[in-house]
Amino acid sequence: MSTMTAAPRTSRIQPSRPRRIRPARIALHAFLIAAVALWLFPLLWAILASLRPVSETLFNGYLSWPKSLSLDNYTTVWTQADLPYFYLNTLVIVVPGVILTLLLASMVAFCCTQFSWKFNLVILMLFTAGNLLPPQVIIVPLYWIYLHTPIVSLGSIDIGRFSFALFSDNGLLYDQYLGIILIHVVFQTGFATFVLSNYMKTITKEITESALVDGANVLRIWWSVILPLCRPALAAMATLLFTFMYNDFFWALILLQTGDKRPITSALNNLQGEFFVNYNLVAAGSLLAAIPPIIIFIALQKHFVAGLTLGSTKG
Amino acid sequence: MASPATSAVPARASKAPEAGALVATRRRRRYSLLTRPDRLLIILMVGIPLALDLAFVWGPTVASILLSFTDWSGIGQVTAQNIVGVKNYKTLFTGYAFFWPAVEHNLIWLAFLAFIATPIGMLLAVLLDRELSGKRFYQSVFFLPVVLPLVVVGFIWELQYAPSDGFINNAFGLVKSGKIIDWLGNPNLNIYAALVATSWRHIGYIMVLYLAGLKSVDPSLREAAKVDGATEVQTFFNVVLPVMAPINVIIVVVTAIEALRAFDLAFIFNHGTNGLELLSTLITNNSISEASLIGFGSAIAVILLVISLGPIVLFLSRAMRAQA
Repeated sequence: MSTMTAAPRTSRIQPSRPRRIRPARIALHAFLIAAVALWLFPLLWAILASLRPVSETLFNGYLSWPKSLSLDNYTTVWTQADLPYFYLNTLVIVVPGVILTLLLASMVAFCCTQFSWKFNLVILMLFTAGNLLPPQVIIVPLYWIYLHTPIVSLGSIDIGRFSFALFSDNGLLYDQYLGIILIHVVFQTGFATFVLSNYMKTITKEITESALVDGANVLRIWWSVILPLCRPALAAMATLLFTFMYNDFFWALILLQTGDKRPITSALNNLQGEFFVNYNLVAAGSLLAAIPPIIIFIALQKHFVAGLTLGSTKG
Repeated sequence: MASPATSAVPARASKAPEAGALVATRRRRRYSLLTRPDRLLIILMVGIPLALDLAFVWGPTVASILLSFTDWSGIGQVTAQNIVGVKNYKTLFTGYAFFWPAVEHNLIWLAFLAFIATPIGMLLAVLLDRELSGKRFYQSVFFLPVVLPLVVVGFIWELQYAPSDGFINNAFGLVKSGKIIDWLGNPNLNIYAALVATSWRHIGYIMVLYLAGLKSVDPSLREAAKVDGATEVQTFFNVVLPVMAPINVIIVVVTAIEALRAFDLAFIFNHGTNGLELLSTLITNNSISEASLIGFGSAIAVILLVISLGPIVLFLSRAMRAQA
């Protein structure tokens, strides 16, 4: 917690000056309130549309005073479009994705910041630059790799309709949870390495050195000395990575084929046309898909913002 | 900034004399401290992630460049007969109807973000960078769209743009008067409709980055400017903005990269066709489709790569200067 909460706390301690309400202040609030209304409007409009029965909007149009509101559209999408199932797909991809990314990125950041060797800067640059590439630059060869890399099939873990293959159910990376997890991990490790190494730079090398003197090996130092010191940065990164991976559309669109394996975002897009026969259902579906990131945002806003700014201001 | 280190040091305070000795001989001792298994561990800890990064990011990047000189269809081996030199690039520049429009759309995307959305985000940050009641609320609202998946952003805006059911056409009476504007269907308008939706998200992102930068500006600088009688606007342009040079570079880079990466909204609205062609959508539409024009799509990917290298190099030169 130390670094990230320190700054706002000190600024709050400043003695509050006696306040005069000035016209400039009022104008500022008026402007900001107008902007807030503009910002929230599309969201509120979607909420309203999702709560109105189709029959009503069909007859009176969407721009009419709502007569009845219900959660019917939500129940329809939830049950008929199999939303829980797609949430589960997302979960199966995002949870291992975030954990593996943090493990790999923190290893690289640890080795590149706590020890000086010839190529550590080059390696940090490779990781960082890789994450900045538009994904479309690599997609064509990547697609081919996914279609031609043999992966073992060791059966699957089945829970009801849901089947998680170990490690592939078609012998390939293509159209597998594993493949999507892998590309998320590889791509986001670049970003996480950059951010975590920025953070670890501030940890003095003497800590690692004295642990080495004490006879701890490098793996042990990484796990039980450095990682605990990076808890705030790791929390921030976990929040951010969760959202990045949850929000992904592109990788799942290209690298998955089976509709049943789609995470919620690309599943939602797939419902466009066939299932989403009216805008009330579109609205309900979109808002349901938006709930997890919004909950994360409200609960962990501080980590979220810290994660974004760690990557930019410390560099 | 250094608090994670300082907070841990007291726990090891008992080692103080030893640590002092270490500092003196640091340069030589560091290497001798590492045993052979330790070195092997370091090689593995860096090597495994690096191998993955090379195999799945940099390998494909190089492969894209090589494939752009072939007419490979993706089936079987690439043979000498597949090598066609710069033919794909010639076709792109002269014979392919969608290339220049896509370049234009990417440039419009960049210009819109750079000259409209990013400045608005910066303005909001500057307005919110003061003691203000309700500041957290304002901040949260502007930031909210940033956490939403682009699919959701796209659908939410479709509710605004829909021809006869959308809010905009109804609110302006265009439905009643029969002058419906097809915001997403009209090839001259849909890019701006997509840009408004993108900006809804981009502005909050820039605001947060810029706010963090503003917070790091030494308050005494502003105090001094105030004492000297500078107005708030003068202080911002003459004192704060120059001090913020590093964060300004980040903002430029983020904006450029976002513009080059744009894909999701164009794909969600109409698969990146009919006015929403972007370099990114041309790549997938040519190569990962029935057409399977691997070489041709790769040439577009190389163009996108070359353009992207500008902001990437700018970012790295800044970031690594700080790192070293």
